[in-house]
Amino acid sequence: MLVVKGSLNSSRLSVSLAGLKLVNPTMLASGILGYSAETLENIVKGGAGAVVTKSIGVKPRSGYANPTVVQASCGLINAMGLPNPGIDEFVKEIRRAKTVLNVPLIVSIYGFSEGEYATVAKKAVDAGADAVELNVSCPHVKETGSEIGQNPEVLSKVVRKVKVSVDKPVFVKLSPNVTSIADIAESAAKAGADALTAINTVKAMAIDAETVMPILSNKVGGLSGPAVKPIAIRCVYDIYEQVKVPIIGCGGITNWRDAVEFLLAGASAVQIGTAVALKGSSVFKAVTRGIETYLKSKGFESVNEIVGISHRC
Amino acid sequence: MSEYRTAANKLRTTRILSIETESPAVKTFTFKGKECAKAKPGQFLMLWIPGIDEIPLSILDVEEDGTVAVAVKEVGEATQALHRKKTGEFIGVRGPFGNSFTVNKGKILLIGGGTGIAPLLFLAKKSLYKVEKLVFVMGAKTREELLFTNKLRDMCSKGNFIATTEDGSYGVKCLATTPLESLLAKEKFDMTYTCGPEQMMRKVFDLAEKHGIALEASLERLMRCAIGLCGSCIIGKYRVCRDGPIFTGEQLREVKNEFGISKRDFNGKKIPLE
Repeated sequence: MLVVKGSLNSSRLSVSLAGLKLVNPTMLASGILGYSAETLENIVKGGAGAVVTKSIGVKPRSGYANPTVVQASCGLINAMGLPNPGIDEFVKEIRRAKTVLNVPLIVSIYGFSEGEYATVAKKAVDAGADAVELNVSCPHVKETGSEIGQNPEVLSKVVRKVKVSVDKPVFVKLSPNVTSIADIAESAAKAGADALTAINTVKAMAIDAETVMPILSNKVGGLSGPAVKPIAIRCVYDIYEQVKVPIIGCGGITNWRDAVEFLLAGASAVQIGTAVALKGSSVFKAVTRGIETYLKSKGFESVNEIVGISHRC
Repeated sequence: MSEYRTAANKLRTTRILSIETESPAVKTFTFKGKECAKAKPGQFLMLWIPGIDEIPLSILDVEEDGTVAVAVKEVGEATQALHRKKTGEFIGVRGPFGNSFTVNKGKILLIGGGTGIAPLLFLAKKSLYKVEKLVFVMGAKTREELLFTNKLRDMCSKGNFIATTEDGSYGVKCLATTPLESLLAKEKFDMTYTCGPEQMMRKVFDLAEKHGIALEASLERLMRCAIGLCGSCIIGKYRVCRDGPIFTGEQLREVKNEFGISKRDFNGKKIPLE
């Protein structure tokens, strides 16, 4: 077991992300488990270098009726509707998580106004969050998520307001459902974002031919999983060309090769979500080991050396 | 950790094959489903009532010809809509999901309450010719709420089927857990299985612990994704949809502070079990 631990924590794999120290570049993406300290602890045992919670708002929210998840050919479409207990309840879970987790805890946040984002961020940080990730990209809830992240002016206001409210890194999770993700990324960076997560789910829909009905109760949801990987890699690549803040790659990563492709495109770390269903929580270990083997075989001393190198080609 | 099967998770629309009334509030629905017909006792499926909801249901039975049966109690909007459906109407199905009861040899004791009897009936059917002895204790509030009484009485040899009702309208007037104390004291069972209201299962767990008997219990929680992603159904470190729904006595010891005590609501907030 010591060998395993050594492997997952080797200096070759460690990453500094906007001031956060990660023992390896794999992170749990927001929305997956993430309601409780115990489930996050399980993910860390599975090898994650950092974890992101479910998106939390000012007030409790019960989300949409089922069906909230539908299987597509190469991924999942979900419209959960941001169910969460609200920050005043969730601070208990943050405090408990901080006592059991030995990796950075990032609290995902959504709001219906810049003030709401800032309020939740402040409470999360006061409770012990090591960073916050602004969900400005959920594609299926009105007046928040991507409705904020698709508008550069509104997005900038939100980021600025959160930045002056907390003294911890502020990540911004971007939507691929825009004309130019690089332009949006630039707005977020100029407003003070410390890192950018790309991408959230791709707006999608599923219809049942027999009943002629949209399957999700919300009709429209967001596609995740292997189907979105090529889109996500292109987004990371575009952002890296235009913006200098660190990028966290996210979208369809299932194995080490996927993760390496994101790093080559310009991501400093990666998030994994849907693959937890496919492979269980040990997916983080498997991806990390694979990255390490790749680095060794190519003669790289550190994972940081491969970030963005495809841009030289 | 097992890889999840995309084919099982894909939503398949199918027609209701038959509907049978089991009690004033419970109906059994059957449909054809290749994937679900592979289910083992204890597994569940997600049933889509188009335009209304998608709900988790224990599988009651499967046939070699691909027929699948579920017993559904009318408890809310979704189950009401399903109860109004007629043979030939469309429903959607995902699954089967979760783990299953272990089919044991030796002497086994099954305790079911309410619609919790459904997966235990499936288990009893699969276990009957493999075990040395099968004792089935079932309970309900009243006579008319008891399910599958005739099937179970035929299945169990004399004296090994005990029915209880809270109002004494049928069988012994007591809770399903009352006969357990003497059964467990009298005889050494190799395995106890339970499914039903969680407070009842907690009592079974406490008794099984006291007598040092192995236990498997089928848990129920709010379900959304059914594939271990969304976290709606967590109990302690476990996901009921993926790590369960069947939990061993050993696992239940780890979640003793929640089992029979609390659950998570639609917001993910921990609330007391009603």
